[in-house]
Amino acid sequence: MKVLMFGWEFPPHISGGLGTASYGLTKSLSAIEDLEILFVVPKLYGDEDEDVAKLIGAEDITVKHYKKTFKNSWEEKVKTLKGDKKSYSKIKKSEILSNLKSIEIIEVKSKLQPYLSIEEFEKFLKENNIFDKNIKIDKEGKLYYEKDGEVKEITFSKSEEETYTEDGKYKFEGGYGPNLLQEVYNYARVASIIAKENDFDLIHGHDWLANAAGIAAKEVSGKPLVIHVHATEYDRGGEERVDTRVFALEKAGMDAADKIITVSNLTKNTIIKYYGADPNKIQTVYNAVEPQEAEKNIYKKNVKEKLVTFLGRITYQKGPAYFVNAAKKVLEKTNDVRFVMAGNGDMFHEMIRYAAELGITDKFHFTDFLKGDEVTKMFSISDVYVMPSVSEPFGISPLEAMRSNVPVIISKQSGVAEVIQNAIKIDYWDEDALADAIYGLVKYNGMAKMFIQKSKKEVDEMKWDKPAREVKKIYDSLVK
Amino acid sequence: MQHICLYFQVHQPYRLKRYRFFNIGEDNQYFDDFENRMHMQRIANNSYLYTNKLLLDLINKHKNKFKVSFSITGLALEQFQEYAPEVLESFKELAKTGQVEFLAETYSHSLISLYDKDEFKLQVEEHVKAIKKHFGQTPEIFRNTELIYDNLIGETIAEMGFKAMITEGAKHILGWKSPNVLYYNVLKPELKLILKNYKLSDDIAFRFSDKGWDEYPLTAKKYASWISDLDYKNEVVNLFMDYETFGEHQKAETGIFDFLKAFPEEIINNTNFKFATPSEVAKKHEPVASMNVPYAISWADEERDITAWLGNEMQKEAFHKLYALAGKMKFIKRADLQKAWRYLQTSDHFYYMSTKILADGIVHDYFNPFNSPYDAFINYMNVLSDFQIRVNEAYEQLIPEEPEAILSKIKDYEEKIHALYVKLTQPVMIERVKPVLKAIEKEKEEFVAISKTKKVAKALPKQKAKKALPKPKKKTTTKDNLTKIEGIGPKIASILQNAGINTFSKLAKTKASKISEILISVGGNGYKRYNPKTWAKQASLAEKGKWDELKKLQAKLKGGK
Repeated sequence: MKVLMFGWEFPPHISGGLGTASYGLTKSLSAIEDLEILFVVPKLYGDEDEDVAKLIGAEDITVKHYKKTFKNSWEEKVKTLKGDKKSYSKIKKSEILSNLKSIEIIEVKSKLQPYLSIEEFEKFLKENNIFDKNIKIDKEGKLYYEKDGEVKEITFSKSEEETYTEDGKYKFEGGYGPNLLQEVYNYARVASIIAKENDFDLIHGHDWLANAAGIAAKEVSGKPLVIHVHATEYDRGGEERVDTRVFALEKAGMDAADKIITVSNLTKNTIIKYYGADPNKIQTVYNAVEPQEAEKNIYKKNVKEKLVTFLGRITYQKGPAYFVNAAKKVLEKTNDVRFVMAGNGDMFHEMIRYAAELGITDKFHFTDFLKGDEVTKMFSISDVYVMPSVSEPFGISPLEAMRSNVPVIISKQSGVAEVIQNAIKIDYWDEDALADAIYGLVKYNGMAKMFIQKSKKEVDEMKWDKPAREVKKIYDSLVK
Repeated sequence: MQHICLYFQVHQPYRLKRYRFFNIGEDNQYFDDFENRMHMQRIANNSYLYTNKLLLDLINKHKNKFKVSFSITGLALEQFQEYAPEVLESFKELAKTGQVEFLAETYSHSLISLYDKDEFKLQVEEHVKAIKKHFGQTPEIFRNTELIYDNLIGETIAEMGFKAMITEGAKHILGWKSPNVLYYNVLKPELKLILKNYKLSDDIAFRFSDKGWDEYPLTAKKYASWISDLDYKNEVVNLFMDYETFGEHQKAETGIFDFLKAFPEEIINNTNFKFATPSEVAKKHEPVASMNVPYAISWADEERDITAWLGNEMQKEAFHKLYALAGKMKFIKRADLQKAWRYLQTSDHFYYMSTKILADGIVHDYFNPFNSPYDAFINYMNVLSDFQIRVNEAYEQLIPEEPEAILSKIKDYEEKIHALYVKLTQPVMIERVKPVLKAIEKEKEEFVAISKTKKVAKALPKQKAKKALPKPKKKTTTKDNLTKIEGIGPKIASILQNAGINTFSKLAKTKASKISEILISVGGNGYKRYNPKTWAKQASLAEKGKWDELKKLQAKLKGGK
């Protein structure tokens, strides 16, 4: 069976939950015996390797078509073979390689990026103008741009990384410009060409930006369509700020789909309630997390107090204000704790002012956006992780915290709360309960210890194989 | 007689480096040495050195007719010494002419006047000391950080014995009144107030190179004619500005130096005005009225208030969190912490956190090394959080375990004893009470002994200790004259005595390394040059009264080494 997958992001450039999830799932799917994947991914700048890149259709669109073997799966294979010493001695490298599966990847030159919202896309385009003039690419495929004699690396998480541009002057008007939707439809046109030129049995698209592409591919090929809902406009904007055009695209995808995969029952209920999606088509498949050794000992904690961390975008739906209020309550009872709000977002400055107003900023710290290594470091020095989201379709970061031996407190209004047992679950609005839970984990070592042990065990068992098998079953039900 | 008074502000903050959350608890280097050196050297070259030379020439040229005054903050002086000693030398040259006056302010260019009166006085005294040391003058006139002034600040300054204070001729305070006469403080009429003529000052400081200004280009001749037009009621025109106006804010190519060069001659030849320093102005003119300033004013922004430093929640938070440490810093003598404490108080740090963006945004931008006020705030609070940890640790080292608890225990015993004595007055009770009393008195003595140990006594404010111990027996501890030891002068002797080493016998028992540690921790790195290796041996001879042997030993020594 061959699946045409419209996915997002590939290592080394993964900037958030959607990329992590679609990559993790694809990787485990590709390990399943009779499954082949053709992974289509929008990419702003490829390696520009002319040998692999080719133009498709008459549209003068550059795509790059190549095969990729997952490094990790290669290592895993060797590891299992090593366990069986007899056979290991006989095996040649070429044999292992021939046993390995690779996936086909098509990179489409497109400005589409995951997690785009109104302002972010506008900003993205503005930054593109900088790119076009002064863009440079090095051997490793890293991108740099030059401005005023300074060379800076471009990372694909630009939208999260800098709320301020170089001169801090950009201001964005609200409302969608035509650009984002234009890109969505351009991408769909490319998708229909790819669908024409390739053979496959089924289409699987992740999130709304890929919906138009999925629908187009289905129309061209007549093959069944699975759409995978990681978040909805209601989670992103809240009920009052739903953009009707985005809503329309999301709904069109749900209507056209033969099956809908939601990342939690919370999301399932959301799409039934707000989009009128057919409950019979929907199935929940929870996300998982790649196992990884805790890096507790690599980084040293420099402060003697316990660290309580909020890590994520500082936006309304992540509930940052509840975290600040709970911090204030805890600090009234004990001085033996520090709070960290890591990340940025449209409520970043508001939260700084608010914490200052409450007079807790000598114990409540802001880090701004954290880059790759720093996230790992933040997890490894944290003693409690808090995710007080108002609305969180899934929420993969608590799993990452648990993996790093950090006890977590999550809101009941998150998808991840449905699937993990060893976490303290509170209502996001219940600041007293949140403060209580933080105080307990900070003060009662026995309790924290228990959570660390149990949650580590729990999360280590949550590998991507399981959701991959569930997804395969869904495929099987559609392809007969 | 009409006077014109020039006063220039010279200040450079110690800028903070990028200090992230992850640095807290690990990194105690807060300041960006590279950046500070670069700034100082650039401004020294663009502005200070050239302007000082120019002023020196002008003073020599117009014998006794051209005078200027400066206020140089302690932090600027330190940075001169560190990065540009030739600038300090050129200011000393100016001081020698006798035509240059130096004013007093707070050493760190701090906002302490808005917080604590006693600490404010100390910081002013520290600055006065520094000015005296470098320039041989004792300032008579005070100018506060950013010309911040209100009635109470004026009162404090009058109490300190200053004759006059410089501040802003803020329109919202003066109304129709002129800044070109003197006023006096409403609480202390003896304190004269010399006000900045902000219109004429800002013509030079801000508008000089503004091509959109209808008076552009400004020549010395034109400027002098404006001053000449002022009638006799305008007794004094005060032109106050940042010294960096010359060559840094207004670059050389704007012609600012030509202006300055021609300016004295135009005034001397073509107007009735004579140059005077602030102290001369204060002597020669009498105030015409009182000036009532209940809310603090300053020389910044349109509003001329203090909102550029303490306008938003972040600034207030940082300010209060900083000064919450003031009480502890009074006890802590460590040189490194005292230094950071002085540098962190500079008003500039608070200015960077300002969210005022309207008319004054451009000025704010120029002075701000951070991308945004939020950035500045986060960085400052990260540094302050680390500083707070270090202060608390240093303070805990000073205090032994709960001295308060020991004292309250003694108090309890005293009350008990008192009650027992009352009971003793009843003869029937004597038999039963006496042994109890005796036991309790013994217990009490033990606690008193603890409380008399150096550590506890030092950690407690003196009056409190007196109150708690109603009849402290005066123990005649014989102190020895430690200066008999070669290498120990009166200063070191007093340091050692404060540290509890007040007899030969104690000194004989103290390791040389411990002595070095004490000296450096109290007096700073300057004390590294003393080598106390032989002190213990000398002291043991002195203790035993073997003075002849000591003399023989000392003859062999050089400076105690």
